Amino acid sequence: MDALIEKLKGQIIEQLNLAEVKPEDINPEAPLFGDGLGLDSIDALELIVLLEKYYGIKIQDPKDGKTIFQSVKTMAEYIKSQGKA
Amino acid sequence: MFINFKICIPKPNMIFASYNNIISPLGFTTEQNYRAVLNSEIAVKPTQLHFSNDAFCVGKINDELLEQHAVSIEKAHQHTRLEKLSILSIQDVLQQSGIQPQDDKLLVVYSTTKGNIDILENAYPNIDSKRVYLHQLTQHLQNHFQFKHQPVVLSNACISGILAIIMAQRWIQSGQFNHVIVCGGDILSEFTISGFKSFNALSTEPCKPFDANRTGINLGEAVSSILLTNQELLSSPYHTAIVAGASANDANHISGPSRNGDGLYQCLQTILQNQSLDGCGFISAHGTATPFNDEMESIAFDRSALNTIPVNSLKGYYGHTLGAAGVLETVLSLESLKHQTLIKSQGFDNIGVSGKISVIPQHTPATFSSFIKTASGFGGCNAAALFKKI
Amino acid sequence: MNTIISYAHIKHNQIAVNGKVVLHLPNKSYTEFLTEAYKSLQLSYPKFYKMDAQCKLAFLAMEFACKDNHFLTENDLSKTAIVFSNSSASLETDQVHQNSINDKQNYFPSPAVFVYTLPNITIGEIAIRHHITGENAFFVSPQFNGKLLTNYIHLLTQTNTEAVVGGWINSDNNTYEAFIFLVQNVENLNKNSIFKPLNQTSITNLYNQTSWMH
Repeated sequence: MDALIEKLKGQIIEQLNLAEVKPEDINPEAPLFGDGLGLDSIDALELIVLLEKYYGIKIQDPKDGKTIFQSVKTMAEYIKSQGKA
Repeated sequence: MFINFKICIPKPNMIFASYNNIISPLGFTTEQNYRAVLNSEIAVKPTQLHFSNDAFCVGKINDELLEQHAVSIEKAHQHTRLEKLSILSIQDVLQQSGIQPQDDKLLVVYSTTKGNIDILENAYPNIDSKRVYLHQLTQHLQNHFQFKHQPVVLSNACISGILAIIMAQRWIQSGQFNHVIVCGGDILSEFTISGFKSFNALSTEPCKPFDANRTGINLGEAVSSILLTNQELLSSPYHTAIVAGASANDANHISGPSRNGDGLYQCLQTILQNQSLDGCGFISAHGTATPFNDEMESIAFDRSALNTIPVNSLKGYYGHTLGAAGVLETVLSLESLKHQTLIKSQGFDNIGVSGKISVIPQHTPATFSSFIKTASGFGGCNAAALFKKI
Repeated sequence: MNTIISYAHIKHNQIAVNGKVVLHLPNKSYTEFLTEAYKSLQLSYPKFYKMDAQCKLAFLAMEFACKDNHFLTENDLSKTAIVFSNSSASLETDQVHQNSINDKQNYFPSPAVFVYTLPNITIGEIAIRHHITGENAFFVSPQFNGKLLTNYIHLLTQTNTEAVVGGWINSDNNTYEAFIFLVQNVENLNKNSIFKPLNQTSITNLYNQTSWMH
């Protein structure tokens, strides 16, 4: 799980162009949206692309994103639950 | 002897919205389009496109029909799809108005978001790929028509069409031109379809602007042209002028509209300064049928105290035709004014926005003398214009 | 009178303000140049990194153009217009989006790319950064067209518009250039003033007269 979380952090930073953010700055349990990383609606859509591109997971209903993308940890758990980790 | 001066009184600064054309899946003339809309025909439907096994709900102009019409164009094989459509559309307006392309006082403004974007898909092995540049597209039109003045290209997302009409008014008002033909055009492409799909913005069903069950946009394609002129002799068939226009930016987000409709509200405040709303029949809204756009518009209309004025969106018929939308929707609104008929907002059943607005549920005969056209788009841009019967 | 009170020009890995080079970063790639130039401003605006190159160019030119004057505080930003132009619209980013859909086996169109496939996003980014909410227009012409820009800016200031950010912002296959000028009303312009009345000749001269370093 920890390895997956670390990998995800790197992928998020790259996919979302978070140039000034380092992996260690991201607390896996902290909310991804809201104040923390300053992510917006386009970033939420990019996370959907990320899951498909790197993990082959297609999110059919974007509303599911709300729960999946709460934090890096919930993302990792979701990937595991889909048997794609 | 009493002389009736009425017909000789010049109307200074009146800029008339005059002869026009719409080429869309619903027809190749404005009249065909208006009749189709009155019959509640809709252009958007599940369509198989060359690049995908999935059908998309889009409004596509029939290729064979286009080729039949394009036979009349000189060297038709040397033009892209959009160029053929644009030539036919501008040609129709020139013919109706009798204006010569070489007229020293004529300017053409071309409004588009993506122009010949299908060149990037290698759609034309025998056409110079440079025409993917928007100014090369208009240079090509220039070579065809030999306009006296180089056409101006405006590419300002989804407000391009109505903004080009507002610009036309300003240019004529300044005395530099007597006539401006605004031509707005965009075609369906894998480029835009894949992009809007990645935004999760595409509806799989015919779109439902302002409805509680709306699920996003349909893309469409069209080219529409309109003559703006200060010559009253050319003011038929509408005797309608553009009396005010404005654009504004939300300064909020590049893809999402302001939650409070700030930019659109600012546009409406500007155009309604010193203007009476007596006789205002309807607002032709942008109404893309995305959850956020329609919500934002309803709030902006409500904040502007326009909630008693009926609203429609024509996207339910055509889908979103991007750079053509503002022109096409203005032209149909002029027809609506001429025929004193409010056009039903296609796809609407139950209100699904929080701002108080009254969406037009059925084609309705009505007595009115003006209408408002609005648009909003990516980049936070908004525009609004007021048209009045003279 | 519509007066150019400041302008910034970016080209050849250099940034010039009012005709003089203030930053020169030779031997950097285009991308490195944009990033280094941004860092030199010591801002905290992480959105910068999300922009495509053309928006980064516009962003930087605007920062430099309004750095040492009161344009943003003196003018009513709800009556400040942004009028930009270029030759390639958004073709550079269009190609990136097109590449993401060319291969059906590797088909990942990105919303963060697609949103930049409209040239007026440059206007949107500047509007957001500086809260400028007036009129917008993005023209496309083969080269810098001082006549068109001047003409339309004068039309705007005859309506509700009081100040204008004008510009040429073009990023096309590693050929890039940004030229942003700030226009506001200045009464009784002194002959010796560094300010220039806006007209086709003055703006074209300013555009051509930047003394680039070799």
